[in-house]
Amino acid sequence: MAGKITVALAGNPNSGKTTVFNNLTGARQHVGNYPGVTVEKKTGRRVYAGYDINFVDLPGTYSLTAYSMEEMVARHFIIHEKPDIVVDIIDASNLERNLYLATQLMELRVPLILVFNMSDIARAQGTEFELEQLSELLGAPIIPMEAQRNKGTLELLDTIVALAGGEKKYQPVKVNYGREIEKELENIIALIEIHGAGREPCHPRWQALKLLEADRQAIEHIDSSEVLDGVRKSIERLEKIFGDHPEIIISDKRYGFVSGACQETVRSTTQSRYTTSDMVDAVVTNRFLGFPVFLGLMYLVFQLTFTIGEKPMFWIEDLFGWLSAQISIFWAVGSTSPLKSLLVDGIIGGVGGVIVFLPNILLLFLAIALLEDSGYMARAAFIMDRLMHKIGLHGKSFIPMLIGFGCSVPAIMATRMLENRRDRLTTMLVIPLMSCGARLPIYALIIPAFFPRAWYGPMLWIIYLIGIILAIIAARVLRSTLFKGRSAPFVMELPPYRVPTFKGTLIHMWERGWLYLKKAGTVILGISIILWALTSYPKKDVYDIDYTDIKNQAAADFYAGVERLNADFNLPPESNLFLKALGAEMKTVEKQSQYYRHEKEYIAAEREKDSLIAELEQGENGRVLSEFIEVRRDITEARRIFNEAVTVGRIKPESPDYQVLQSNLNITLADIERCYPQIYNGVLTYLDRVKAPYDEALKSIYQRRQSEDMTNSIAGRIGHGLEPAIRLLGFDWRIGTALIGAFAAKEVFVAQMGIVFSVGEADAGSEALRIKLKKTYTPLVAFCIMLFMLISTPCLATVAVVRRESNSWKWALFQLGGLTLLAYAITLLVYQTGRLLGLG
Amino acid sequence: MPLSMVNTGRRVRLLTVKAGRGLQARLAAMGLVPGVELEVIRNSHHGPFIVSVKDTRLVLGRGMAHKIEVE
Ligand SMILES: Nc1nc2c(ncn2[C@@H]2O[C@H](COP(=O)(O)OP(=O)(O)OP(=O)(O)O)[C@@H](O)[C@H]2O)c(=O)[nH]1
Ligand SMILES: [Mg+2]
Repeated sequence: MAGKITVALAGNPNSGKTTVFNNLTGARQHVGNYPGVTVEKKTGRRVYAGYDINFVDLPGTYSLTAYSMEEMVARHFIIHEKPDIVVDIIDASNLERNLYLATQLMELRVPLILVFNMSDIARAQGTEFELEQLSELLGAPIIPMEAQRNKGTLELLDTIVALAGGEKKYQPVKVNYGREIEKELENIIALIEIHGAGREPCHPRWQALKLLEADRQAIEHIDSSEVLDGVRKSIERLEKIFGDHPEIIISDKRYGFVSGACQETVRSTTQSRYTTSDMVDAVVTNRFLGFPVFLGLMYLVFQLTFTIGEKPMFWIEDLFGWLSAQISIFWAVGSTSPLKSLLVDGIIGGVGGVIVFLPNILLLFLAIALLEDSGYMARAAFIMDRLMHKIGLHGKSFIPMLIGFGCSVPAIMATRMLENRRDRLTTMLVIPLMSCGARLPIYALIIPAFFPRAWYGPMLWIIYLIGIILAIIAARVLRSTLFKGRSAPFVMELPPYRVPTFKGTLIHMWERGWLYLKKAGTVILGISIILWALTSYPKKDVYDIDYTDIKNQAAADFYAGVERLNADFNLPPESNLFLKALGAEMKTVEKQSQYYRHEKEYIAAEREKDSLIAELEQGENGRVLSEFIEVRRDITEARRIFNEAVTVGRIKPESPDYQVLQSNLNITLADIERCYPQIYNGVLTYLDRVKAPYDEALKSIYQRRQSEDMTNSIAGRIGHGLEPAIRLLGFDWRIGTALIGAFAAKEVFVAQMGIVFSVGEADAGSEALRIKLKKTYTPLVAFCIMLFMLISTPCLATVAVVRRESNSWKWALFQLGGLTLLAYAITLLVYQTGRLLGLG
Repeated sequence: MPLSMVNTGRRVRLLTVKAGRGLQARLAAMGLVPGVELEVIRNSHHGPFIVSVKDTRLVLGRGMAHKIEVE
């Protein structure tokens, strides 16, 4: 290996640095069409021509005088970490502005390569470059590139290797700043040479320039007061001569140098890259239309999230249903094996319940990717500026907030693009109110359970709007109390619109989806198992109620009912034909519940019953029994087909399909009745008046025992402990346990509801869960759950990132406590008001 | 006159920016240097501005636009 080198990718915001970086290293860092996508440096490796090259993707910066946090990161890396080569990624369609940074990089005397990215756009504009001549004038090799199509990557690598190997010499040129400034520069350089360069050692001419520009970091790093004195005097002299700050003159000279170099080497028809962009903007940023268009787009996103997401969601759900059926085969029919419960209730009920919502998540992230890649993000900042201004922030704060619809963690990172610490903290603290993707499954579970179909989209939209409105109010309050003071002036570049590439958008979407799946497979899986254990243990040895007694009572009622059937079938009152046959059936079911379907005991019991019934059928009144069994089978089968069609097709009672199925069922039943007019009604009486109440009683016994078990479990005890506090919000202990789980990650709420409602239950899956939720809670409570989850406690990851970005636990904990209190207060208000209005 | 008074569609020349030095340097790096030609793309007399400088569109807050002197 010829050696290890470090190469920094610098350049103006939105010039394509990250796209180039991804091409070079095969990484998949986030790319988007607005300035400020990358806020933290990212490294990646590429081995090429015997070199082990370490590439560093830097946040975009307009100059080497840092103004915001992200620019500080870039500046610090270039100056202090001393990369071997700096590659300046230049947006060739906006050459002069982009070359301004290049002039400063030239002054650093670090080997520099200029990449003319976005050549496709430049070409479309009709711009032509004399690359060789321009390269000579700028004193650095120039590589034309189209990063989006991965063109020019190898040429760049070749040039890097040639520079590193010494085959190509780096021959920097000097910008001439004019006699007066050059003289002062010499003075300062002399002073630095005598008194030392301080703690930011780099090329003396660069340092002298930065000092003249009154660059804060440059001044802070100088130890010697002689140097600082000299600089001050130089600045005073220059101000007297020019009547303006030296940095203005210096930047003017830089632009002069750039336009001088471009004059001869760049030919351009006056086609602006904004022609189409301006037409779109005429509508999108229109004074009257801008805001409605924004709200409309948002509405569209939520409507589509539900409508397109529905079908694939059913597929995933069916898959899990099938899976739990497959797993159940391994256990005896009535088994209460803990392992079975863990797999079916804990893992499929918990993790499966979260994965089901993957389609919605993908759609949401597709929408966010489109916003980011098209360039709309920066427009949204423009549109919201007026509103944001009223709350003491400016439009740029809205970009992190929009990103927060995806996930709070990158959104909080994105606040680095805000220059002022007060603005930044305020934005950071309110970001969790922007409902993140992890909360979407909660809404997607609850909304269809409690609200009519036409309300799905609007309801979701309302939830998100409530979040935005609360964020705005909270920001306003913070700005007028804790973070008083003026906000930083608002300046932002508006990139031209771009048609998002199909591949890029899909990659964005898939990456997010994959993260979601990974989270489900790791964090959520782990927590689900813990929550399942907490919900299932400890088991009770002695129950408060004697369930055997109740069960015997139910059985007695059943037999009494069977005895009364004699009259319906014209049997003599003392006949015990039905008693024998149906009694045998019941005992068989009980016996069989301890065995697998294929075990010989199971089969033997079945045979024994069959032979007993066959014997009875031969005996006195045997024909009645045979007919009874036949009719019963036919009716049960007809009803089963109907129910299955309804559940599998997810047909709602109000839909026309339901009517069709219902009338089919009625026709079949009428047929049966025509064939067996004498006993048809008797069989119905048996099914609906005798058997159904008995099954119902058994189920209720089971549920009561289950709920006694669950109340006794650890989760139950915690939940019940919480209940006094949350009862005022309409929440019961089950929601309480889910709330605690949701602190780790919001999706756990859905997982835990799945677990609590499926432990010990026959049916799992979100549709079954929805039915149970609907039975247990009112729409008002459902709305309060969503409201509480929207506002309350940011997840652990958010707390951690706020702690890191604000550099103190204080703000992280303040946010945690504040939002929880806010959630409690608002939900309390809504629930109690709703109840007074008679909604609950 | 301040930029905030310039109507949509007008072209003007930048004279000075009355702002702190850090911000001045930042604006210069974004292309807003004295002498440069600006075109006002959108000024709705409420809310922010869009101006065109060196074939870049910049959004400027209203407060910012007050501080920019043009002719
Ligand atoms: N037409 C065209 N678009 C490009 C090209 N390279 C990048 N882009 C697009 O330009 C936009 C910005 O790309 P990024 O790589 O995120 O830019 P960046 O320099 O990393 O931006 P920051 O991190 O915000 O500083 C994205 O929408 C890219 O798809 C190119 O060669 N041609
Ligand atoms: Mg980037």
